[in-house]
Amino acid sequence: MGTLSERILGAPAGAYVDRAVNRAFVHDGTGVLTLESYRQMGAKGLFDPSRIHVIFDHIVPANNSTTATLHHELREFAVGSFLNFSDIGGGICHQCMSEGLVLPGEVVVGADSHSCTLGAFGAFATGVGATDMAAIWLTGETWFRVPETIGIRLSGRLSGAAEAKDIALSVVGRLGMDGATYKALEFIGDGTATLSMDDRLTICNLAVETGAKTGMFYADRITLSYLAGYGLTAEEQTSERPVYEQEIEIELDDIPPVVAIPPRVDSIRAVHDLTGLALDQVFVGTCTNGRYSDLSRFARIVRGKKVAIRTIIVPASRSVLAEAIRTGVLADLVAAGCTIGTPGCGPCLGAHMGVLGEGEVCLSTANRNFRNRMGVGGEIYIGSVATAAASALEGEITEPEAPDAG
Amino acid sequence: MQGKGRAVCLPADIDTDIIIAGRYLRTKDRSIWAEHVFEDLDPSLGKNLKGAVIVAGKNFGCGSSREQAAIALKEAGVIAVVAPSFARIFFRNAINIGLPLIEADVTCTNGRQIAFDLSAGWIDTGTGKRKVARLSLHMLAILRAGGLVAYWKVKQ
Repeated sequence: MGTLSERILGAPAGAYVDRAVNRAFVHDGTGVLTLESYRQMGAKGLFDPSRIHVIFDHIVPANNSTTATLHHELREFAVGSFLNFSDIGGGICHQCMSEGLVLPGEVVVGADSHSCTLGAFGAFATGVGATDMAAIWLTGETWFRVPETIGIRLSGRLSGAAEAKDIALSVVGRLGMDGATYKALEFIGDGTATLSMDDRLTICNLAVETGAKTGMFYADRITLSYLAGYGLTAEEQTSERPVYEQEIEIELDDIPPVVAIPPRVDSIRAVHDLTGLALDQVFVGTCTNGRYSDLSRFARIVRGKKVAIRTIIVPASRSVLAEAIRTGVLADLVAAGCTIGTPGCGPCLGAHMGVLGEGEVCLSTANRNFRNRMGVGGEIYIGSVATAAASALEGEITEPEAPDAG
Repeated sequence: MQGKGRAVCLPADIDTDIIIAGRYLRTKDRSIWAEHVFEDLDPSLGKNLKGAVIVAGKNFGCGSSREQAAIALKEAGVIAVVAPSFARIFFRNAINIGLPLIEADVTCTNGRQIAFDLSAGWIDTGTGKRKVARLSLHMLAILRAGGLVAYWKVKQ
């Protein structure tokens, strides 16, 4: 009768358990400190290099020689220790892991807060810091407190121009920035069958913005068919109808396109209410919305037109970029005046490649709009891909049209 | 495990970007993180943290998993952080680098002396000892060792 977390971790909510980790990953941001802690532990060896992934995504390519030197050290270690290594341009860690490296029922730990993204596969996926990860490199396991679970019951299907991002933001708005601290979210109900794997990855990505340890979908036929595309087989997970600590009902048909207004991800307003707000930049990408389906949806809206303001598009991975090249989506984006960045996190964390200036306003498809995150004095509105595309064409926040209306 | 320090009051939902901005992360020089701690909130705050016990509102340390946030506080001289709740990754990070956390909802007055005992599970903000939830035995063991690095160094 357990929740997915209880079943995967094998203990009831509230229990402390030590569990083996199936996949552990770091990026260039957290990996440097992980390596330092690992070495300081006087480690005699890695538990199992084949389970460890080092994925460069945060500042790629290096923006200055300090970053380059840190990259160099971590790269040398990763290659020399036979870890699974993805160098610059390979993509964002969560996206790379979602491309055939995570299976339902696994325990997946990443040294990045958005590791909860991979709960979309019905895995127990969560983020830790660098030193926790160093101990995982050493021992292959870590401790967890088995979380209580909030059930998010989705019913109906999205209508109009709303997309998965609008569901994700609406959930954050409902729960608040700490509404699920120490807990897990389980997305259930008939509405889940209308959501693709890309949609689910977007929704689980924002789970951490409610404080949650992870956000999960039960593996179903959609999950299995996605995994089959990578030559993987898995079994469906059926709900044991667990008792949730709290259950929230969300009617998908009622969700309009929304944005999170700065500086809080839980300050949700309908796009309609903010129409006309002037923008300086649009940014499409990140572990939230940088997948092929996102780029393709953006291209469909701007195709044959020109963006009115600087518009930065960063594919989430090399596979996404390759697919966008193959299908002509990339040509459409470039023709519309968009600037394409190296697969990775891009300007999301304000390190490079699209940092905001004092007083500038950005509409971003990322997941955080904290003060100064993308540059000192800059403001971030978080929205969907369709809202970003409609707004890029007008240079101001603009309500997107329903796909078949255009 | 006892400690005491001077209260520095902060609001709720302090995120790790505000503790240490992304632009200062690419280094291994810990003094840089201490130097720029809370820079975007209040540039003078960082210099006021030696011997401080931060008393904050709920959800302290939300956002990014950057361990540099916890390290910045410790390097700046923070003795402990008290808040009604912490974001879970920050919670683990702080314990792992040897920065004590106390889950408690207390009234804060800047500058007032705060004493605590982690093993016994109490806090005193000047009005007498008050019981607080104790850390798990595992977390106490990590803190006693001085952090997870030292913990594993001994255990190996």
